Amino acid sequence: MKKIEAIIKPFKLDDVKEALNKIGVQGMTITEVKGYGRQKGHKEIYRGAEYVVDFIPKVKIELVVDDEQSEKVADAIINAARTGQIGDGKIFILNVEEAVRIRTGEKGTSAV
Amino acid sequence: MINSGDTAFMLISAALVMFMTPGLALFYGGLVRSKNVLSTILQSFICLGLVSIIWLVYGYTLAFGPDVSGFIGKLDYLFLKGVSMTAPMVDTQTIPHILFCAFQLMFAIITPALITGAFAERIKFSGYLLFTGLWVTFVYLPVCHWVWGGGWIGAMGALDFAGGTVIHINSACAALVSAIVIGKRKGWGTEPIIPHNIGMSVLGAGILWVGWFGFNAGSALAANGAASMALMTTHLAAGCAAFSWIVIEWLKHGKPTTLGAASGAVAGLVAITPGAGFVDPMGAAIIGIVAGVICCLAIGLKTKFGYDDALDVVAVHGVGGFWGSLATGIFAVEAVGGKNGLLYGNPEQLWIQFISNVAVIAFSLIVSWILLKIVSVTTGLRVSEEDEVQGLDLSQHSEVGYII
Repeated sequence: MKKIEAIIKPFKLDDVKEALNKIGVQGMTITEVKGYGRQKGHKEIYRGAEYVVDFIPKVKIELVVDDEQSEKVADAIINAARTGQIGDGKIFILNVEEAVRIRTGEKGTSAV
Repeated sequence: MINSGDTAFMLISAALVMFMTPGLALFYGGLVRSKNVLSTILQSFICLGLVSIIWLVYGYTLAFGPDVSGFIGKLDYLFLKGVSMTAPMVDTQTIPHILFCAFQLMFAIITPALITGAFAERIKFSGYLLFTGLWVTFVYLPVCHWVWGGGWIGAMGALDFAGGTVIHINSACAALVSAIVIGKRKGWGTEPIIPHNIGMSVLGAGILWVGWFGFNAGSALAANGAASMALMTTHLAAGCAAFSWIVIEWLKHGKPTTLGAASGAVAGLVAITPGAGFVDPMGAAIIGIVAGVICCLAIGLKTKFGYDDALDVVAVHGVGGFWGSLATGIFAVEAVGGKNGLLYGNPEQLWIQFISNVAVIAFSLIVSWILLKIVSVTTGLRVSEEDEVQGLDLSQHSEVGYII
């Protein structure tokens, strides 16, 4: 199993969700996060004083899928979240050792 | 003789001016960080209590009691004794003496509240109360008497329709000294200290704008043409200044901002205050446009000179008030307020305006400094570093503005 963590621009969340639904992804967890990569933050101006705000809002999507599906999921996220502009985000793919469904006690991919 | 129309108008005006203080509380409250929103609001709001008590006991009589050598009022109206509800203060007025007294009280309340913008986010509440009580007593009351209570500045022929000198320049000088004496906020100049709720500030600025109609039009003390003209000049100056401020911002920083528009409106209101009943609509528009430009540019002064005037009292009230007072000496028209300014062949008026302001500036700077020193050795002025980082809401008042 693989865990996919994708950090994307907040306005792309709906597109990504739709794209994942299309390829049969069952569920996901999202978190509103803040951060910056190479694009850095943005500028705010209050009474003429300029402030650089480093951390800008992003959405983090987390989902766990079986090994074969992970590539497809990553591609779907890339296609849906890409604007071509700097700051589009990142995808991390991690190995998952075990998954357990609390209600039934099922283990492995059937628990996901 | 009491006139019921005038009395009705002045009752409303007094209420409008009262509403400016909670309006100011919101204006300032939105401009600080969320951990200081309540303490900032309270510093304005509590003036409604503290200054009212002072006014009742000795404030009104020192400001408006029978003149003693041009410097202070006699104690005839101690505890408002002899302030009639059926007769005017003087024969030229048409409203009950007690209403004049109430109207003037609202001015005395908002003036120290204006100062709080300078030392926002770092002053001890006990020190603040002591300073405010002393400042009203030793600075506001004498200056108010000098200009409006039969004192020497009024006698000199200085024009101050609704308080450019008494209120704005006076409070801005105290603001400047207190920002310097109390020192910069922790992190000033090194980390971003940004407003937490601009919408709240715009609401406050809107309330101030409305209240200012009572402030300036009410200063005619009657429901007449002078009040009508003052209302119009007030509105025009505020609108023009809101607009010119954002134009300057747009040119200088590439974007017009909401806070800029609200700040510009306040700057325009400040600038028109001394001349509201003396200039015509065109004069008011020019006063407003210039106020928006110079106050916007004056914001940079604190960075240049290194004082932390947190909410820009000096740039908005000091620079705006000083400009407005001089502009009164330039644009005053006899047909409006009975006096001509420089533009209409009376250059002397500008000189009188200048001298009266320089005198008030010197007095306010020096006495405010002395009072701040007294407070710093008694209750103390500044909260501990730990309290400042935690925020004054929690450290001074054990409450928080937002529970989410």
